[in-house]
Amino acid sequence: MAELQFREAIREALSEEMRRDETVFIMGEEVAEYDGAYKVTQGMLAEFGPKRVIDTPISELGFAGIGVGAAMNGLRPVVEFMTFNFALVGIDQILNNAAKIRYMSGGQVPMPMVFRGPNASAGQLGATHSVSFENLYAHYPGLKVICTSEPADAKGLLKSAIRDDNPVIFLESEQMYGLKGEVPEGEHLIPIGKGKVKREGKDVTLVAHGKMYHVAVKAAAELAKNGVECEIIDPRTIKPFDLPLVLESVRKTNRCVIVDEAHPFAGTSAEVGFLIQREAFDHLDAPVLRVTLPDTPAPFSRPLFDLWYPSAKQVIDAVNAVTYRN
Amino acid sequence: MSNTVFTPTGVIYKSTDLPKATTQDHKKLGLSEEQVIHLFKEMYLQRRFEERAAQQYQKGKFGGFLHLYIGQEAVSSGVNMALQPNDDIISAYRSHGWGLVRGVSPRAAMAELFGKATGCSKGKGGSMHFFNAEGHFWGGHGIVGAHIPVGAGMAFANKYLNNGRIAAAFFGDGAVDQGALHEAFNLAQLWSLPTLFVVENNGYSMGTAVNRHTATDIYKRALAYDMDHAIVNGMDVFSVYEKVTEIARKIRETNKPCFLEVRTYRYRGHSMSDPGNYRTKEEMDEFRETDPIERLKSYMLKKKVATEAQIATWSEEIEAQVLDAVEFAEQSPFPDPAALYQDVYAENDYPFHI
Ligand SMILES: Cc1ncc(C[n+]2csc(CCOP(=O)(O)OP(=O)(O)O)c2C)c(N)n1
Ligand SMILES: [Mg+2]
Repeated sequence: MAELQFREAIREALSEEMRRDETVFIMGEEVAEYDGAYKVTQGMLAEFGPKRVIDTPISELGFAGIGVGAAMNGLRPVVEFMTFNFALVGIDQILNNAAKIRYMSGGQVPMPMVFRGPNASAGQLGATHSVSFENLYAHYPGLKVICTSEPADAKGLLKSAIRDDNPVIFLESEQMYGLKGEVPEGEHLIPIGKGKVKREGKDVTLVAHGKMYHVAVKAAAELAKNGVECEIIDPRTIKPFDLPLVLESVRKTNRCVIVDEAHPFAGTSAEVGFLIQREAFDHLDAPVLRVTLPDTPAPFSRPLFDLWYPSAKQVIDAVNAVTYRN
Repeated sequence: MSNTVFTPTGVIYKSTDLPKATTQDHKKLGLSEEQVIHLFKEMYLQRRFEERAAQQYQKGKFGGFLHLYIGQEAVSSGVNMALQPNDDIISAYRSHGWGLVRGVSPRAAMAELFGKATGCSKGKGGSMHFFNAEGHFWGGHGIVGAHIPVGAGMAFANKYLNNGRIAAAFFGDGAVDQGALHEAFNLAQLWSLPTLFVVENNGYSMGTAVNRHTATDIYKRALAYDMDHAIVNGMDVFSVYEKVTEIARKIRETNKPCFLEVRTYRYRGHSMSDPGNYRTKEEMDEFRETDPIERLKSYMLKKKVATEAQIATWSEEIEAQVLDAVEFAEQSPFPDPAALYQDVYAENDYPFHI
């Protein structure tokens, strides 16, 4: 085990897979000569050369499509978006082509590729640069969606994503790239679709992925001081979703709060909440609650931003509500 | 490729060459001495505003991205003087200069950076999203290239309303690689939308030199659509003024769009976090020689439009104005919490989802 930053864990996964398989390559804006906008791909140009570590123009539609075509024709592309906000200008390639061509061709055409990059808010970057997209991609049949919260998970799931024969959306965060954690060396694979109980507790289940996992951890530590023990589940993969793991926990705690850095309407939290009520209705002692962004775009101003961004305090309030402690 | 140098980070390519500046003096261009002085003051204001803004940012007075326009001031000022005040302007995220020439006061500009309620976008937009609709400045846009068709859309409305106005869309060299540019060009030419498309080619799209990110010369994008086009030296405010005056007249007469490639240079990093290792000191020094503000200053002295003493006085006045703006931003209140839900929809009583 080595202690790595999140960005280093991703780099390790990319580099190991590129060493292992000649057909894997990475392209995106500033990934090569600039060493990555967020230094994820630092040093990779030096190791793999410009054939496999490729700087693109700001042409998301074009290079996402080139990724799709390359995947259809024998390669395993990793397409990096500087952030997923910018994938919007290329999203037709993801939703209409990457996600559907296998199906429309009756299974003739393979689509082994990964779209990866930072997702969701990275502080006061304003409305267009702060969107979280898990639910959008998860809505479309044909895509798998991963959003991890810790370096080891990132490495294990990115390696699996690159080896997966489907188009996988792999969501990261600018604000987590510096986060450190123990990461197993070499062949470390985590199956796509498997969540993890990261904290055991008997009183309430918290479901939280990505940056929100860390908000949940903070809230759980506070709540523990008052004798409330949270069980935290990090689903790690959004689609397919590890519902059995969540249900097992909810059947034990009988209460659930979902923390999701997305808007409430039709968000991942809505889907998970629905599934829990459908499958574990008789086990619930309180309605499932959620902590999400409000139904507004991201404001720039600091105090408005703080109001907008989900907080540990909101999680604590929600837990107090489902445990009828207030 | 020619013109390359090796550095620790990899290959570095020299950015674009500057075309020759105009040989016309201000009188031949029809500019009064007052107008020349105005240009100087306005450019100097943009410069000092941003230098102070950078300082405040480094002090931690505000967060988010900060992209400085320093080095490109001749473009905003030259263009603004050539256009009518009610012609419409839309820009990318490097938007402070555009705001300042289009009626955003230094106070409202600095307050926006600080995220204050008194900012030009009520603190909701920040550095990338300066707006002044009253001054026909339509932002401040953060998604590269996405506002290019919007500029054509403003021209569409002007033509539809037959109001005699034209619209101008400004974007960086990186934005010409977006499909949106091509769709907008085709529509504008096909439908005769009175649009001035301007690429501010400052040599780099973030860390990527222009000849590494785009095939052939940028202005040639216009050729495929039979669109009028031109190249101009963006480090010389008179050249910008001359060219845009001529182009704007033609657009107004014919409704046909035009694509102008302005060659310019940004002296600072892409944003505050960019160390700029992709360019050489030699190149930076070369372009410092062409500083648009220094250039205008020398011209004013040579042509006796102003004396050293006058320039010093104006500079001090502007400095005081910028410091006042910092003070104002500092003292201004943050938006009320209720502002979070305001301006999302046109209605004030929209039933927000929870
Ligand atoms: C669609 C899209 N892709 C990527 C980005 C990230 N990004 C912001 S600015 C920039 C470089 C743009 O360079 P250029 O157009 O030359 O403008 P300049 O910064 O030089 O003014 C990039 C890649 C973005 N904002 N939007
Ligand atoms: Mg540029």
